[in-house]
Parts: sequence; structure tokens; C-alpha cells
Amino acid sequence: MANKLTVSLSPHVHGGDSIQRNMYGVLIALVPALLVSLYMFGLGALIVTLTSVAACLFFEWAITKFILKRGCSTLCDGSAAITGVLLAFNVPSNLPIWLIIIGALVAIGIGKMTFGGLGCNPFNPALVGRIFLLISFPVQMTTWPVAGQLLAYTDVNTAATPLALMQQGHLSDLPDTLSLFLGNNAGSLGEISALALLLGGAYLLWKKVITWHIPVSILATVFVFAGIMWMVDPAGYASPLVHLFTGGLMLGAIFMATDYVTSPMTHKGQIIYGVCIGFLTVLIRLFGAYPEGMSFAIFIMNAFTPLINTYCKPKRFGEVVKK
Amino acid sequence: MKTFKIGGVHPAENKLSAGKAIETLGLPKQAVFPLSQHIGAPATAIVKKGDVVKVGTKIAEAGGFVSAPIFSSVSGKVNKVDTVIDASGYRKPAIYIDVEGDEWEEGIDRSQDLVTTCNLTPEQIVAKIKDAGVVGMGGACFPCHVKLCPPHGAKAECVIINAVECEPYLTADHRLMLEKPEQILVGVSLLMKAAKVEKGYIGIENNKPDAIRLLTEKSKDYSNIEIVPLKVKYPQGGEKQLVDAVINRQVPAPPAIPVSVGAIVQNVGTAYAVYEAVMKGKPLFERVVTVTGHSLSNPSNFLTRMGTPMRQLIDAAGGMPEDTAKIIGGGPMMGKALMNAEVPICKGSSGVLLMNDKEARRAKEQPCIRCAKCVGACPMGLEPFLLATLSELKDWERIEKEDVMSCIECGSCQFTCPSHRYLLDYIRYGKTTVGGIIRARNAKK
Repeated sequence: MANKLTVSLSPHVHGGDSIQRNMYGVLIALVPALLVSLYMFGLGALIVTLTSVAACLFFEWAITKFILKRGCSTLCDGSAAITGVLLAFNVPSNLPIWLIIIGALVAIGIGKMTFGGLGCNPFNPALVGRIFLLISFPVQMTTWPVAGQLLAYTDVNTAATPLALMQQGHLSDLPDTLSLFLGNNAGSLGEISALALLLGGAYLLWKKVITWHIPVSILATVFVFAGIMWMVDPAGYASPLVHLFTGGLMLGAIFMATDYVTSPMTHKGQIIYGVCIGFLTVLIRLFGAYPEGMSFAIFIMNAFTPLINTYCKPKRFGEVVKK
Repeated sequence: MKTFKIGGVHPAENKLSAGKAIETLGLPKQAVFPLSQHIGAPATAIVKKGDVVKVGTKIAEAGGFVSAPIFSSVSGKVNKVDTVIDASGYRKPAIYIDVEGDEWEEGIDRSQDLVTTCNLTPEQIVAKIKDAGVVGMGGACFPCHVKLCPPHGAKAECVIINAVECEPYLTADHRLMLEKPEQILVGVSLLMKAAKVEKGYIGIENNKPDAIRLLTEKSKDYSNIEIVPLKVKYPQGGEKQLVDAVINRQVPAPPAIPVSVGAIVQNVGTAYAVYEAVMKGKPLFERVVTVTGHSLSNPSNFLTRMGTPMRQLIDAAGGMPEDTAKIIGGGPMMGKALMNAEVPICKGSSGVLLMNDKEARRAKEQPCIRCAKCVGACPMGLEPFLLATLSELKDWERIEKEDVMSCIECGSCQFTCPSHRYLLDYIRYGKTTVGGIIRARNAKK
């Protein structure tokens, strides 16, 4: 034994978890939703997703290297790729390439790297990009292609989303709940199939990438709140199942709100966060100016995460509850 | 199945030496006895260069109430009273004895006969334990007799024996239970008598079904000792976690101790040492040590005399592997990396673990992604990510408010961190600093 001994503090073993494992777990979980969008929107979905991922990776690399002047250690961890996929999933499949690139720049540049990169951003980067696009380019961001035009990209027939129909009061024109669940309706390219997203969510839970607290509390709140409104006035409001399976709710609840960096640390905090997101979403959907409120709800609650973290402490071992 | 409620992790068990019976290790050429082998005041040497000692001769006297005497494990001549680098990495005063023959003190019963009858009063038992230098043998080395004398106002209701051995790799306690079950049960009843309690529990993790079976069968004669199988989860061997798991009571934050909720926790090795001290008149000078590691040709459990250099155990287990890059005294979760292989076996040495170059290397730290896995893993309900950051920022006031002193340094947070952050390094730094601040503050009062 000629070599020197390593002397370091315990623990001397590690469980083998890594950032990569978690990030690639999320990417794998997004595959079913991607397959559905390819099946529904064909070429457009492919172009938008590839452009978005490529642009996000490029901006992550360029900003790390030329502005932050660090080694590119975070490029391969999968976090920028997730931002890319989620951004693509949150836009219509006929969005022009230049708009996607702007979205990616805002998402990675302003949403993430301005704050110091991975782990430091207060808001979900993909949401920052998405909301920026929605507010700046409302026309392009709200013309939704009709599913089934596989070889078309920007030149497609468009249709209103179920949520837009709801806002305009055309409840009778809504597709039936089963096709909403499976994904046969207009919408952003990754959000249409609740089934595919739920499959991804089950995978994340199985692999212990996320816990149930955030998704379940969001979905339950939406179901209960929308259900109360529906029972009060079935003609004026859509059924709670329609609310669950339309818009960005599933995508947001399973993949966006559960983002590690921007969600609370304790289970108690996560449930408060989830309930507030669900409540705000339904509030915006039913009474707001926009047909969909998921992005805004998550965005607003991201801002409250530090506050929730300050007040929701885990229960200390042996703590005596003060009466 | 019972276990503790908050947090915990599942490290790979790697109990390589579980099937190896305890072998008696040969005598060393020279034995080295550090004077602080326990928590509390160091012992004071009562021998000097040239003195002749026997096996079982007291060579250092306890330095106070929270302290323990030290006995020679060999016969021979005192070479010098000097210093040695012990498992903590610090240089400490120590007695060096050159071994000549193997002559034992009279009064030590060396037969294997089981002695079960004891007519001593509780006070006499405590005195015997104290005079035999018995300390907690799980690693923390808290003098055994101190725990048996609860502070004013606290009343003991039960003795809980820690036979969990939740550290990966270690099998010393497991083998001891398989080979000395009757002695352990006598030891437990002695501890119960000394603490004046009616109830004893032995908590054993479910990955040792043979030990659970054997002790359950043997304990039929002891109506007041209950064997409690526990779900495998680290750090179940933590005192507070064990009390929570076995009797479902939660010890409050420091300065509260297990006896504040009525429990006295002792290691299973300690129970055996108590049996030998009280029934056989044998002071604590040898113990079972696991020598293990994936590169080692013959991982083993050795009955080892204190003061034996670790190198001798490694040689007996097949020799130091070429690729050894880290030697750990204890288990991989809480053990200490050693400076060299000459560190002597002490009262708290439960194992020697060798790691190869690949196992020894720590992964590079990456940014915290706030995944909260450390919060979920912490058995004390703390927020390790926050404590580590506060420590990095040297915000001592805030880190004290965030209960850094409750940290038991089990390492679950760092074990589970996907970013491989050195959480416990920072938390220890904070804990040590805050501990100093608290002591200074109390001194002023």
C-alpha cells in the first residue's frame, strides 16, 4: 500500500442519486406526451420540440461559457433540455421557429441564468418563456391547429381550445370527456392528452423523482372548486372532469409545479402551494381575462415559495406541540 | 413492523462478514492505550515506564464522574507514557505496553461457564460496572454507569438494548448475539436491576432473523425482556430513533436525553461487557471487531484485545489490499477515516472498513437543486440544505435557531443528496461553532 490514504469526514458512502438521474427521469416521463403530440400534430410538433430543446441547450451553453465564464458542467445534466421540452409543450404546434428561439432565450437567459443558473432561479424557466411569449405575441400563441394535420407546420387549419369555448360560453360545443382525456382536441402541443401525462406522472412517482403532494393537491383543489361551481350552475360552468382534462392543468400539475427549484421544501408547504395553485387556476379560468390560468397560477405561487419555506418548517423530532 | 417515524435512508447493507464466526485474534507485540477512549474527562495514567502489568491490571484511573478507568489487555512491561494518533485523528496521551507472555490478574473467571445468579444490590452492580471501565460500545463510548444514574428528576422505566447494528458492513454485534445469547440476556437483566426497572427491550433489525429467532427463544426464561424486531432503516441505532421505534416516545431536543422519557439505552456489546464485568470479574479490555471491505480477501469478526494496532487485524483478514485508499474506523455512515493503520483498537472500535480508490472518492459537488430529499431523509426533522448554507455563510445566530444542535450527524442528508453536496461537513462546522458559542454563553451566566 504505497498510495496515500484519503481522510475525509463521514458519511463515506453515497446513495447513488444524481441530478442527471432525476432530470433524465423527467425527460423519460415526458415521452408519452411527446408521442401523443407527434401523433396528433405530426411535423409541427417535431419541429417545435426540436427547435426549443436545441435553442435552450445552445443558450445554456453560450451564457455559461461567454457571460458567466464557468465550465459547462450544467449542460449535460438535462435541466436545460427539460426547459426546452416543457417550453415546446406549452406552445401551439404551429408557432414559427423565430418565436420559439425568442422564447428559449427568455426562458434560459432571463428565467434561469440571470439568477445564477441551475438551482438559483425563483421562477420556472419554461414558464417565464411561455408567459413572455403569451403576453408579447398573443395572436400566434392562441391560434391552435386542429389535430390530425400531420404534414403541416405553420399553414394549418385552426380551432378554439376547449377552454376558449368555455370562456365564450359555448359549453355545448365541448368535445366529450373521453376525447379530452385521450388528447383528441386542440391545444398546446404537449398538454392535450391527460392520459399520457398521467402515465408520465406515475413513472415519476414510481422512480421517486417527485412526491404526490403537489400534483394531488392541485388536481384535488381544481376538482373540488370547479365541482362546487358546476353544482351551483351546471349550465354556466363546465363539469369538474372537463376542467381536469383540459388546458395545461395536467402538464402543469405533474411537470411544471413540481419543479424542484421553485417549489416548497416541506410536504406541508407543498400542499399549501398545490392548493393555492389549483384555486388560482380555476379562479382565472372562470372569472379572469385569459381562458387558461395554469401558467399564471404556478408563476404566482413560485413567488410565494420562499415565504412558504420560511413558515412551513418540518416537524422537529421530539417537538412538543405548543397549546 | 416497528421503526422510527421521521426520515431515514436505506444504504446497501454489505454485511460481508455476517456468516463468519468470531475468531480470537493473537496477541500484539505492543499494545497502545489512549487515555481518552470515552466521552468525558480523560483517564489519568497510574503506571510509569518500566512497571510490570498483567492482563486486567488497571493502568489508568477515571478522571471524574463522567469518565472510565482503563485496563491493560496484555501482560508485559510499560514501555512509555507518550502520545498516539487515535481514531479521531488527534494526538492523545497514551500508554505503550510491550507484550510478554499472557498472564492474567487473579480474580478474573476465565471459564466459559454461564453464571446467572447475582445477589448484588443495584448500587453494587453499578459500582462493579464503573470499576470495570465499561463504556457504551456502539461507538460513542459514553460511560455505562453514568447512564444508570439518571439526573435528578428523571425516572428510568425501561432499558432498551441497541442490537440494531444499522451501520452497513458491521457484523460484530450480530455475531455476538448468535454466539453469546445467554450471556447477553444475563447482562440485560443486570442492567435492568442496576437501573431499578422492570422492563427490558432488545431492538434488532429484521435483516438479522437468525439473531431475532435465537434471542426470542432464549429469552423465554426472562418474562420481562422483550425482543423487538425492527424494520431495516438507517439510523435506527441512533439513541433517539431507537427509543422512538421501540416504545414510541420522542426524546425532546437537547439537553433532554433518553432517560427524560424513561428509557436507558445500552448497546448489546455493552450488555455483554456488563455480564463479564459483574459475573466474571473481567474488566473491559477486549471486544469483537469486524474487519471488512470488498477488496479484503477474508472479511472477519475478531475478538480483539484493546490496544492492538488495526494493521494486525487487517493482516489477519487476508492482508492490506493493494487498492486500499481509505481506512475507516467504524461503519461507512458515521465512522472516521484514519490517518494510518497503526491506530489502536479502543473500547468504541466496532469495525475496520477498507475502501478501494473508487469507493473512497467523493463525487464533485454540484449546485443545490432544492429537491428537498435531504429534508425527507433527516431523522431529526431538520432542514440540512438550510443548515449547510447558513454554516457556509457563518450565520451562527440563525443556524442556532434552526436547531443545528439537534443534528445527530448520521449523514443521511449527504447520503441522499443528488447534487453530492458535502452537507454534513458544513453542518458539523456549524454545530461545533454554535456549541462553542453556547458554552461561552453559559460560562458567562
